[in-house]
Amino acid sequence: MRYVDEYRDPELAHGLTAEIRSLVAPGETVRVMEVCGGHTHAIYRHGLEELLPPEVELVHGPGCPVCVIPMGRVDDAIALAETGGLTLATFGDMLRVPGGRGSLLEAKARGADVRMVYSPLDALTLAGKEPGRHVAFLAIGFETTAPATAVTLLRARAEAVPNFSVFCNHVLIEPPLRAILETPGLRVDAFIGPGHVSSVIGTDAYRFICEEYRRPVVVSAFEPVDLLQSIAMILRQRAEGRCEVENQYTRVVRQEGNERALAAIAKTMEPREDFEWRGLGALPRSGLRIRDAFAAFDAERLFALPDARIEDPKACRCGDVLTGQLRPWECGVFGTACTPERPLGTCMVSSEGACAAFFSYGRLRRPREEASVGA
Amino acid sequence: MRDGHRRRPVLRDELVTLAHGAGGKATRDLVEALFLEELGNEALAPLGDSAVVPPVGGRLAVTTDSYVVRPLTFPGGDIGELAVNGTVNDLAVAGARPLWLTAGFVLEEGLPVARLREIVRSAASAARRAGVPVAAGDTKVVERGKADGLYVTTAGVGVLEHDLDLVPAAVRPGDRVLLSGTLADHGMAVMIARGDLHLEGDVRSDTAPVHELAAALLGLGDALRWMRDPTRGGLATALNELAGQAGLAVRLEERALPVEPAVAAACEILGIDPLYVANEGKLVAVVAPEAAADALARLRAHPLGARAAEIGVVEAEPERMVLLDTALGGSRIVDLLVGDPLPRIC
Repeated sequence: MRYVDEYRDPELAHGLTAEIRSLVAPGETVRVMEVCGGHTHAIYRHGLEELLPPEVELVHGPGCPVCVIPMGRVDDAIALAETGGLTLATFGDMLRVPGGRGSLLEAKARGADVRMVYSPLDALTLAGKEPGRHVAFLAIGFETTAPATAVTLLRARAEAVPNFSVFCNHVLIEPPLRAILETPGLRVDAFIGPGHVSSVIGTDAYRFICEEYRRPVVVSAFEPVDLLQSIAMILRQRAEGRCEVENQYTRVVRQEGNERALAAIAKTMEPREDFEWRGLGALPRSGLRIRDAFAAFDAERLFALPDARIEDPKACRCGDVLTGQLRPWECGVFGTACTPERPLGTCMVSSEGACAAFFSYGRLRRPREEASVGA
Repeated sequence: MRDGHRRRPVLRDELVTLAHGAGGKATRDLVEALFLEELGNEALAPLGDSAVVPPVGGRLAVTTDSYVVRPLTFPGGDIGELAVNGTVNDLAVAGARPLWLTAGFVLEEGLPVARLREIVRSAASAARRAGVPVAAGDTKVVERGKADGLYVTTAGVGVLEHDLDLVPAAVRPGDRVLLSGTLADHGMAVMIARGDLHLEGDVRSDTAPVHELAAALLGLGDALRWMRDPTRGGLATALNELAGQAGLAVRLEERALPVEPAVAAACEILGIDPLYVANEGKLVAVVAPEAAADALARLRAHPLGARAAEIGVVEAEPERMVLLDTALGGSRIVDLLVGDPLPRIC
């Protein structure tokens, strides 16, 4: 497959793993957090951890957009879906996310009209096709998916679509990174920066990580060779005493980001005072809401939602996993009360979630990793 | 009135109506002028309450399966052909020679009769190709909106003409895993044909009868341990069931898995793993290591097995798991799928 095979070339990969080995001292531990759920998925899918020396430990960060949605927002979405005459459209990953009152999939089974779409524009098209119903799009995701929601809002207003709204749950990448960096006893030495988010916000957005927290960042693409190269770049920075933001994903990401996408977001959305994160609690200016000018398309203003705050289940330690304090299998309910089939925490829902990825692809390696931790 | 003098039934209706399910004249016209005309054979022709078939010697295999695919027609096949091949394949991988099929059609009011005829004709042609007559059938009509055009349920009977027990318990560590051709063609063809992914691509369903491939492998005798057709849930699910029931591990080699480039590309775009996507004309077999080369040659000698490959090996540990050695030299677990294989969003 062109444009894919090149980035999965075993010889290139072996060259990079040899370089990675040469850049670490035996017995030391370098903890690298990949922020993005897409990276987590790729690491497990290709078995990358087995190619790395035991000195390099990958920590799976908060960048799975499904994993950070708090239970209260899921319940709001369910209440919205159960509104008479309303169709709730959303991405497939959201359907199984557990809230306080079950998941959207269960609401669908009870009779709510929940449909899976692949983009917010598909939801807008659906509204056009079914003028007798109101179509609300449950929007989630970081700056990656926010531009598509923004463009949809702009089009809905331009076409004066009367039966369409957005339940906005977009979040920003910087606040959770700051929250992680402020964690007492931080266990992360460097970051693999997210690829898709960075294509929108650019690499400059991460300079605070180097300047304020002295941790190197390499923005990476998603193929195995990309990820190995990014890890090698991080280790080279360390070896050369540098601490900067580097861009491995030069085929897509620019330093300044995508100005048109950023403008579309700024035109339609603005930061909320604070937004609740699964496992991380309320973080100031971390979520986006729809601007007044687009109030006619804001589901939160059009419908009375319960706006419930539901505490995460006590036994679930998604927050510690998201901040890299705990590895998935160290959580007391991992693989027992919490499995991909019956997830307790959101990290177990999406295949990009740290726990689900580890459970589905990597749980066999646990003994080896535990042994290496003790060393 | 003797049969020979009866008027030839004519079906003038353009659409299936509730009358066609009421059991009266319209039903008779539909059955005789459409189903019997297309599927006709000696066992079906008397239209009795049961088909009476000649005695067979040997153990019997019996199976049934329902088909609810949407859209009804997709690149490479349709629901009629699928319903025949699927049941033929279920018999074949049990080690049976398929003998008879039955077919029940649940029709939605408003279905164009011409469309129905196409589908029944396609089922008939698949049955002829496999040499397995449809000996009994049934038709019901439900109100508009109560079915996606039509649903088909087929059942089949086959005879085992050998003493082999093709069960998970027959599988041993060291045995080889063979696959008769490319992965994921059917599932991806249907997913693309649905149209809501806005993807286009030359991907065709692989729907086909694998009974000749299965018969070729039966020639290996007890070196053949186990066979399956990896349909819903794909190869990963079929092998997880084997690993679970046998208490063994299956280790797959990623580089050995045959996948058409267009299918691989569609899977990549949608974030779907071809290991979990349905196949409708493939057979996965476990054979003794010393018979692997012979088995592969037998599969490749048949046009449906031209892309057959040895894709993995059975190991003693870790028990009840399927593993994949990745092309890069890593490895991972290939677990049972949870929920639908939904495309990932970013």
